[in-house]
Amino acid sequence: MAHQISVFVENKPGRIERVTEILAKAEVNIRAITVSGTYEYGVMKLLVDKPDTALEALKAQGISASKREILAVLMDDRPGGLHRVAKIFGQRKINIEDAYGFVIEDKKRAVLVVDVEKIQEAEKIIKEEGLATLSDQEIYSL
Amino acid sequence: MFWEKEIEIMPPKELNRLQLRRLKRTLKQAAKSPFYSLVFKRHRIYPEKIKTLADLKYLPFTTKEELREQFPYGFLTVAREKIVRVHSSSGTTGRATAVFHTQKDLEGWANLVARCMFMAGVRKKDVFQNMVGYGLFTGGLGFQYGAEKLGALTIPSGSGNSKRQIHLMQDFGTTVIHIIPSYALHLWKVFGEMGLDPKKDTKLRMAMIGAEPHSEATRQRIEEMYGIDAFNSYGLSEMNGPGVAFECPQKSGMHFWEDDFLVEVIDPRTQKVLPAGEEGELVFTTLNREAMPLLRYRSKDLATIYPEPCRCGRAHRRITRIKGRSDDMFILKGVNIFPLQIDTTLMNIPEVGTNYLVVLERENFEDRMVVRVEVRPEFFKGDLWQLERLRKQITEALRSEILVTPKVELVEPDTLPKSEGKAVRVIDRREM
Repeated sequence: MAHQISVFVENKPGRIERVTEILAKAEVNIRAITVSGTYEYGVMKLLVDKPDTALEALKAQGISASKREILAVLMDDRPGGLHRVAKIFGQRKINIEDAYGFVIEDKKRAVLVVDVEKIQEAEKIIKEEGLATLSDQEIYSL
Repeated sequence: MFWEKEIEIMPPKELNRLQLRRLKRTLKQAAKSPFYSLVFKRHRIYPEKIKTLADLKYLPFTTKEELREQFPYGFLTVAREKIVRVHSSSGTTGRATAVFHTQKDLEGWANLVARCMFMAGVRKKDVFQNMVGYGLFTGGLGFQYGAEKLGALTIPSGSGNSKRQIHLMQDFGTTVIHIIPSYALHLWKVFGEMGLDPKKDTKLRMAMIGAEPHSEATRQRIEEMYGIDAFNSYGLSEMNGPGVAFECPQKSGMHFWEDDFLVEVIDPRTQKVLPAGEEGELVFTTLNREAMPLLRYRSKDLATIYPEPCRCGRAHRRITRIKGRSDDMFILKGVNIFPLQIDTTLMNIPEVGTNYLVVLERENFEDRMVVRVEVRPEFFKGDLWQLERLRKQITEALRSEILVTPKVELVEPDTLPKSEGKAVRVIDRREM
């Protein structure tokens, strides 16, 4: 299972910079990032190589951050790759709360990061369907 | 456990006799001041004709405005060489006021503060750190002299410089602190930043909190954060400063010292005296002051006198915590709102952090209230919807308390202005 770091940020110039600066100093490598939010504040989600180091560094600076388990599903980077994963979730009635994706090797492999409610169950289903999920280490050894 | 048992548990009738004796003496003394000699003449008041405590109602009120107009010496009853101390409040809204003390006044004041602290449970063996401003603010010197009179080792650490405050606590094994509530909440964060836990890394057991209106919820937070007992303290510079009213271990209202102050509660609009149990403005008459007696002084502080006696056995009655100054109240969309209502509501929501700010704005001829609230980092679960739910919960809780729907904004921890003195919680940007 992989881990995602979430950070509470106000919607003001310089807020993301503050977070990235802390992570840079802590020598944390970022694999993927999304920011979603309302008009006033948002949540920054990060997939990093050292989630615990990142969390500690952020908290030490008084930033609201948390770590949670997410599913990182390995998929093929070709037409229909994402569809195959989405179909499984649809058919097996797993509701996706939040998702984003990134490519590891062009035209070969990509990763879909999904946040679901019953994560253990979802992981089991994904594996049953012949797909692989990645751990923190695996994401970075790719 | 009593500091002055005889006075503290004096039967009410005897206490009233003592008050009357002292009131008569006070009136004679007041007549020596330029201000009261004129007032007495104008209102045809003859101090020797005051026969009962009920006759107090024939005296006019004294107001803060009059203190300002008479600045500096208009209320003084003794020769200038007899006064040894002045406390002056510049106030943020008006001209300065000055309160003078003779040596005897200072001794009386120190004794009252000692009585308060002893009542709460402070003893000679305690180490007392006085973390409020010294100088013209009465909280510093008032507690300093009181704690010394009690016999506790007193650290005059003053306000601010949080890290040094914590070092002092550790170096000298501080057991009791005097601290402004908003600063206590802030200081707790500094403990965390230094990797310390006040529960484990200090010997603290009690706090005296006062100088700004705060809610019961805030007190409980301070008690939980530090693992201590916190006692509510009330005073005003015109009545010396601290030492006017204080909580006993029952923590159910503050005893005011009736051998030193006659307290009335009035309706601030009609100026009629209200019976015990009704909320109104506190009005004070000093009974033991030499340099500058004040008669029926309108404090603008709103509270209620408990009609029933306290279980601790003291004869001196109790007031509720101060709801606010009548000055602090603001009106939004025709609704009267006290900052304390907002404090109570917010501090009762565990996810809310230690700091918040209320801003009143006017936009397109319409007033609105923006409440900026810090979210406690330990409650953040990394979920945008969780934050939205919290925002709605805070909005709804405030709306049901103050009957106006505020705009609630969640902000990152430590981004609101910090306070090391009295906290500024409400900023009114509406142009009048």
